[in-house]
Amino acid sequence: MSESPEPLLSLTDVRKHFPITKGLIKRQVGAVKAVDGISFDVRRGETLGLVGESGCGKTTTGRLITRLIEPTDGRIMFEGRDITHMSQGDLRPLRRDMQMIFQDPYSSLNPRHTVGAIVGAPFRIQGVRTEHGTKKAVQEILELVGLNPEHYNRYPHEFSGGQRQRIGIARTLALKPKLIIADEPVSALDVSIQAQVVNLLEDLQNELDLTYVVIAHDLSVVRHISDRVAVMYLGKIVEIADRKDLYESPMHPYTTALLSAVPIPDVRRRAGRERIRLLGDVPSPINPPPACRFHTRCWKAQEVCRTVEPPLAELATGHRVACHFPENAPAGAVQDTSGTEVPA
Amino acid sequence: MTAPLDVSGSELEVAPEPGPVGPAGRAIEGRSLGQIAWTRLKRDKVALTGAGVVIFLILVAIFAPLIVSGFGHPPNDFNQDLISTETLAPKDGTGISAAHLFGVEPVNGRDIFSRVVYGARISLLIAFLATLLSVAIGTALGVIAGYFGGWVDSLISKTMDVFLAFPLLVFAIALAGIVPDTAFGLSGDTLRVSLLVFIIGFFNWPYIGRIMRGQTLSLREREFVDAARSLGARGPYIIFREMLPNLVAPILIYATLLIPTNILFEAALSFLGVGVRPPTATWGGMISEAVRFYSIPHFMFFPGMAIFVTVLAFNLFGDGLRDALDPRAR
Repeated sequence: MSESPEPLLSLTDVRKHFPITKGLIKRQVGAVKAVDGISFDVRRGETLGLVGESGCGKTTTGRLITRLIEPTDGRIMFEGRDITHMSQGDLRPLRRDMQMIFQDPYSSLNPRHTVGAIVGAPFRIQGVRTEHGTKKAVQEILELVGLNPEHYNRYPHEFSGGQRQRIGIARTLALKPKLIIADEPVSALDVSIQAQVVNLLEDLQNELDLTYVVIAHDLSVVRHISDRVAVMYLGKIVEIADRKDLYESPMHPYTTALLSAVPIPDVRRRAGRERIRLLGDVPSPINPPPACRFHTRCWKAQEVCRTVEPPLAELATGHRVACHFPENAPAGAVQDTSGTEVPA
Repeated sequence: MTAPLDVSGSELEVAPEPGPVGPAGRAIEGRSLGQIAWTRLKRDKVALTGAGVVIFLILVAIFAPLIVSGFGHPPNDFNQDLISTETLAPKDGTGISAAHLFGVEPVNGRDIFSRVVYGARISLLIAFLATLLSVAIGTALGVIAGYFGGWVDSLISKTMDVFLAFPLLVFAIALAGIVPDTAFGLSGDTLRVSLLVFIIGFFNWPYIGRIMRGQTLSLREREFVDAARSLGARGPYIIFREMLPNLVAPILIYATLLIPTNILFEAALSFLGVGVRPPTATWGGMISEAVRFYSIPHFMFFPGMAIFVTVLAFNLFGDGLRDALDPRAR
């Protein structure tokens, strides 16, 4: 992977708190801390996987990056420009370079528009003119994603889920973006179709030099497609590492538990594995546990976990984890309980 | 959904999928939802009958002068020779003949057929225009409330509540009573029709408005709206290009179902004497006069049947349209 000096996308301590209001005058009585201070970089050409349970804030993160919702705090840099609070008008030209694939192929395509209108919408909205007309451009993209260009005049309801997701992908690709945020791109599809779409995304990445942020709850999908993986829990990133490191030597107990829950389709391999069952539910993001948010469900939790928040520290090269008692940590890399960083 | 994706290689499926190819390999033309609804509607014989009657009534209203001149009895001409001077009733009880298909009125002997035909003009004109007004106001405000939300939504929703709580009938009687014969540069039938359109249309919009607000609220959450927004689309683009095409079906359905309600309301107002002034023929006005002659039932029967058939036809058509446009509602 090429290490370019400037990351394509960079998030610094980004927060999104949804206010909870009460009464006639809309007095704020609390906030859902959907995303509560996350930082990560996305390098050009890589795929960053974002995993976590439902409600951990991964979708909110995706929508913050594309500015579908307004961040409460923090900073989002895209191609070296601060887009955190950029006006929608200033943002419009940048949107060409940053596109989103949506989760539900049944809801993401307007049922009253033809495929041609849907895939051609980016050209119309952005006022882009192409050499041989929009129709030709749209048909080329349809071919690129493996659809019949003659389906130009058809309507979404005439397609299967997998085909519909391809239409959605075609729309994202229309303006040749640099960054694509894929929010659960395959979770609404049949397992047999998931592989096709995941492979399509990989092929397109190679062909068009794309950068992906793939949001998913399915660890297998993320493992297949990602170069690096970030694990989220209750609005925070608990571990971020290269795919191989994360899957082979996870350090955060939460990651370990998640990985142990992935089914293994091989009886012999399955035998030697111990499954970690997490007790209890995910705490409410309205009132998250203090310090380490995972301490209520963690089997390694000690007093310090309830009082001192563990920083997201780099314990091995490119492997950052927010835990006082990381597993699989290289010797000498374990930090002391006060939370000071020890270089790996 | 968590099965591992152990897929090696990615030679899969980037070739175009063989889609359904039309006969003789013609270019594939998709069927829009509208075309599908039309095929569905064509199978619904009851709704088609309703639609046929509705079209027939509209034609009757448009060509009323032609139809009446064909039968030779202008609606306001007296035919006193057919009226018994003693009882004031038509001489043979009804006056129905080849010349007077529906008979004549008591006292002055006006031709009921031509009055019913002319009454269709007033009824349909007022009902259509009032519905148009309601739909226009209701759609505009409903979509604005649903799309923008927040205080805009609160304001519009509260306004709708106020309108719905309004004692419309009392207001209509009062307003129609105090408006002089000439007002707003209008006079005679034009003024009365405009007044009725305003009263009926302006106070019915909250029904459409609420439906449109609800539809917009649910559309706003659909991902295709987010998709348009993430492409940089502005509000007007989203409202007019993404949302309105999805609102056409409910607008059509509720407009078709609002028309018969408005016909009934117009008839009620005319019956109460606050509609279009006599001698202009209206169905409600005819029934109102006929009440005094309950021993001469055909006088009330024909305008009554006209209202009944019209309202029934519109309702059957509207229901069929709803089934055709929204199969989930079944």
